[in-house]
Amino acid sequence: MICGNHILSWMTFVPLIGAALIGVAGKSSARLIALATSLVSLACAVAVWAGFDPGAGLQFEERFQWISILNIDYHLGVDGLSVTMVLLTAIITPLALLAHWNQDRDEKLFFFLFLLLQTGMFGVFTALNFFHWFIFWELGLIPMFFLIKIWGAEDRTYASFKFFIYTLAGSIGMLLAFSFLYFATGTFDMVELRQLATSGELKAKVAEFVVGLNERTGLGLTAAGFTTALFWGTFLGLAIKVPLWPFHTWLPDAHTQAPTGGSMVLAAILLKMGVYGFLRIVLPIFPAQITDNIQILMGLSVASIVLGAFAALAQTDFKRLVAYSSVNHMGYAMLGIFATAAVAGPEYFDEKSAALGGAMLQMFNHGISSAALFFMVGCIYERTHTRNLAEFGGLRKIMPIYAGILGVSMFSSLGLPGLNGFVGEFMVFKGVFPISLFWACLSMIGLVVTGVFLLSMMQKVCFENLNEKWKSLPDLNCREIFIGAVLMFFMFALGVYPSPLLDASNSAVKGLVGLF
Amino acid sequence: MEHLDHLAKQQWLIPLLPLVAAGIQSLLPRGKRKLSAGICLLAMGGACALALRAFFATLGHHGDEPVRAVWNFTWFAFGNTSLDMGFILDPLTAGMAAMVSFVGFWIFVNATGYMHDDENFTRFFCFLSLFAAAMLGMVISNNLLLMFMCWELVGLCSYLLIGFWYFKPSAAAAMKKAFITTRVGDVGFFIGILLLYWKTGTLNLYTPDGTGALQQEAIAKLITEPYFWGLTVAGFIALMLFIGAMGKSAQFPLHVWLPDAMEGPTPVSALIHAATMVAAGVFMVGRMFPVFTASSADWVMDFVMWVGCITAVFSATIAVAQFDIKRVLAYSTCSQLGFMVMALGAGGLSAGQFHLLTHAFFKALLFLGSGCVIIGTHHEQDMRKMGGLKKYMPITFWCYFIGYLALSGFPLTAGFFSKDEVLLQTFYKNKLVWGLATFAAFLTAFYMTRQMYMVFAGMWRGGDHGRGHGHDDHGHGHHGGHEPHEVPWNMWLPIAVLSVFALLMGWLGTPWLKGNLFHHYVAPHEEAPHHSNLVLWLSIGVGLIGIFLGWLIYGRNTMVRATDADPLQAKLGGLFTALNRKWYVDEIYEATIIRLTMACGTLFRVFDKLVIDGVLHAIAGLTKALSQVCRWIGDELLINGGFDASCEGVRGSGSLLSKLQSGKVQNYFAFLSVGTIILVVVYFFKQ
Repeated sequence: MICGNHILSWMTFVPLIGAALIGVAGKSSARLIALATSLVSLACAVAVWAGFDPGAGLQFEERFQWISILNIDYHLGVDGLSVTMVLLTAIITPLALLAHWNQDRDEKLFFFLFLLLQTGMFGVFTALNFFHWFIFWELGLIPMFFLIKIWGAEDRTYASFKFFIYTLAGSIGMLLAFSFLYFATGTFDMVELRQLATSGELKAKVAEFVVGLNERTGLGLTAAGFTTALFWGTFLGLAIKVPLWPFHTWLPDAHTQAPTGGSMVLAAILLKMGVYGFLRIVLPIFPAQITDNIQILMGLSVASIVLGAFAALAQTDFKRLVAYSSVNHMGYAMLGIFATAAVAGPEYFDEKSAALGGAMLQMFNHGISSAALFFMVGCIYERTHTRNLAEFGGLRKIMPIYAGILGVSMFSSLGLPGLNGFVGEFMVFKGVFPISLFWACLSMIGLVVTGVFLLSMMQKVCFENLNEKWKSLPDLNCREIFIGAVLMFFMFALGVYPSPLLDASNSAVKGLVGLF
Repeated sequence: MEHLDHLAKQQWLIPLLPLVAAGIQSLLPRGKRKLSAGICLLAMGGACALALRAFFATLGHHGDEPVRAVWNFTWFAFGNTSLDMGFILDPLTAGMAAMVSFVGFWIFVNATGYMHDDENFTRFFCFLSLFAAAMLGMVISNNLLLMFMCWELVGLCSYLLIGFWYFKPSAAAAMKKAFITTRVGDVGFFIGILLLYWKTGTLNLYTPDGTGALQQEAIAKLITEPYFWGLTVAGFIALMLFIGAMGKSAQFPLHVWLPDAMEGPTPVSALIHAATMVAAGVFMVGRMFPVFTASSADWVMDFVMWVGCITAVFSATIAVAQFDIKRVLAYSTCSQLGFMVMALGAGGLSAGQFHLLTHAFFKALLFLGSGCVIIGTHHEQDMRKMGGLKKYMPITFWCYFIGYLALSGFPLTAGFFSKDEVLLQTFYKNKLVWGLATFAAFLTAFYMTRQMYMVFAGMWRGGDHGRGHGHDDHGHGHHGGHEPHEVPWNMWLPIAVLSVFALLMGWLGTPWLKGNLFHHYVAPHEEAPHHSNLVLWLSIGVGLIGIFLGWLIYGRNTMVRATDADPLQAKLGGLFTALNRKWYVDEIYEATIIRLTMACGTLFRVFDKLVIDGVLHAIAGLTKALSQVCRWIGDELLINGGFDASCEGVRGSGSLLSKLQSGKVQNYFAFLSVGTIILVVVYFFKQ
């Protein structure tokens, strides 16, 4: 291999090099450099995927001492939890760049920020030390803030600030929690923390730390209460990112205002960072705390599914509707994840594996379908400069290819069998149903309402009478069809043959399920 | 049996052919009409040949061994287990697959004529092929999940084809309504699947080693455990599956989508909304029959029977007062599906399936016939504006007449035998249900007679007034005169073929020829109900009375002008209006469920905006206010407070800062990170 043992580092930092190149290169070559670098990253990700051994644990590990006085290592690696996300990031980013191929305002800055964002996203999915994991986590935030703030729509200032401050405020809780964990254990390494938590040492160390803390401050904290506080701190940071109801209100604003590529990446990947955090951090390190609060957590997931769907139903803005569908879909993933912790013991092992495996599949699938939907919104916005659903109608007549791709993406999002969305949802329900009949049945309201709002959207955009204003709109061009075709390929392929993704994550899923 | 095993392994080829055809057509340019239709017919013909080969292989087996071969495979693995799927070949599947592909083929032929002038001809055949693939896939699946997946795909095709003329707002609304109403039922189906999977650990229906969900071992497990509402697990699963069937097979109260589905082109109505897809629910119940009959203590079968019975009567009453030729047939389809469901609920698997098969032939015939009428009358669907078509369209008339006799249960036609089986089945189960079903049979004969007289008898009323040419923008072009005309051969040949079956097919299920052949084929172990002369003669009697009454009201004096009032309207008054408005079911749904759903949507939208964002904005405002206060205090103390105050301030802050220098590295890091974040926040706020 060309990159030797550092393929993950290459994959992560090639976009950064590309960003630097854009800084010195000319205006017209910015998009070429951006696309080329993201394709290099894609090649790395494909190599990682090809070389990934589904049966083994952490792979492609890189580890060396970074800040020895703080015991911080630079530690990278992928396992079943992250490898699919790495692949998703690598696939979506070039497509999002292509969506902005004709960017004509501050294109240098635009592509520079985009590549920065890509580094941040790869970093989050490969980092195994909280220290630089957090740096990458925040690195994902800043470029997105500027993407919305500079290239956004009419309410961009409000949306970008809301997005930034809200996510940041959440991160502080997580940062504090990890700082305390660091004080207690002396490590930021996620693998070590997981081992400590599994062996029970973490509990002892936190207890010891709380005793010390009480001595110095005289606060009289209990170890259990303290750990629960740490859990909620971490939870807040991640739940805002996912976003879980009721922490979701930044999302419709940010999505609606962001430029097309920004929305694609935001929905497809940035949201997954939050879910990934639950898999990588919360499940292994705070298993007992999840179990203690399981009804609240599952309730919030179901609220995301049902209330997200209802709120989507009442939207009049095309993009806002699609944004709410993300709240709805992430709810299924979270429900599957929390179901893993809902009952202790080995009794429901296969059900839990189904729920968690399904949640991971749902993450990937939502990445594909939401990127496609946001791209479709972007295509029409570019042509009409409106997102108001009432102004569309009958577009299938003049834009049949557009209507076809939108239809396929819509049905993928709806969970039609034969397309990718169905398999993940079925797996989640297969797992959740025996574990928690109540929440499973309640969330099925969402299945119907999701259908209602997506089909209503389709009806308002593509069917009925054509608005005379748009009768000369051109159909999609080759570049746009290409982006749609790539995404549709994954929708069809994964709908019929989901095994590659499920197999890749299965051993990691079983490892997590085994913790409960 | 070896031959059967071999064929079971090849079952998947049957749906594959139309699927490939659909794939090719999706890429064909619009202009390639002939090629498109050719590929489609070829694929369908091939599928039909394969299905018939499988069908004949299942015939003629004797002995106690059930005639059944399966072929299972693994779809994907998860946890320590895997999800398996499979295909099956048994009499139920073989008969259904043969029917679907055979009827489907002739409907395709008819469609080449009906859609002749449509600009999206190739797209139509693409959807039609996809539908055939999904339907055949559903029929041959040996796995409940695979069945559900194909079930949803036929729903998709139905959605696409109902909305084929998507630019009509009514079609756009109908397509959505169909998909969502059936999806409500599908939630029940989905729960049933999940429960079955959970309790039996498999979704494969039959396996060679006896571990399938419908085999003894699993069924025995399902009936031991009591579950909700006084049902066993098996009963509860059956109930949930039946809710799915209610959606798909348009049973009351989920029937509302089917009449609206008539917005689609007529071959679609014939294929999907009469012959095959709507029968999918009935087929599924038949396929899962062991679960339904597992426990005699469950009330599920009674529920099934009553739902069928209510649907049969309810829709038949509505059909009496409709004026759209296709709507009459749509409600009659609802009603006939009710008959099938009722038969299943009464425990008659073979009666239900037999009525399904005969109905598929004569209802496809009637729908295609109505399509011929619509084309022949230049896209007229209102029966009041027809009349006298016997003269203009003799071939269509005679075929339609045979279909009419079959549907009305005229002695010795296909519908007569199958309907008689259904009535006989209910007769021994529940006399009230039997009575209501007989009443529905009477109504059927009556409203079909009404239709026959309105459409074919009397004189042509189409030229009366400004004619509705509303559909011409998408379909048939203008024809020279306004006179109706006979349709081309590719439209009448299919109905001629189907009418042969509608006339003669019943003899397969007659008890008069050495026992009921069909019964023996599909359900050899099921006890056949005893023959009853009362049921037989009453069934013949009500049929004839219905026809007579139809003649009395509509036949003696046929309508003269299209604007004439319906003679029944004068007799029934307000009841007629209620029937014409379909008992106001749509209005009730509109006022309750739909309004409630929309209100919920608005509520949670506003909740997000006002409550959640309100809290966020309050927090943000509070923070801002706090920072203003700090600034004010800071300014006052540090700048305006004079030198002393400054000194104090410096000293104070010095001591504060010294506390920070604790020498502990973790404190540095904590302050560093928090400080960085605050700085960043402040920086962006200032911008």
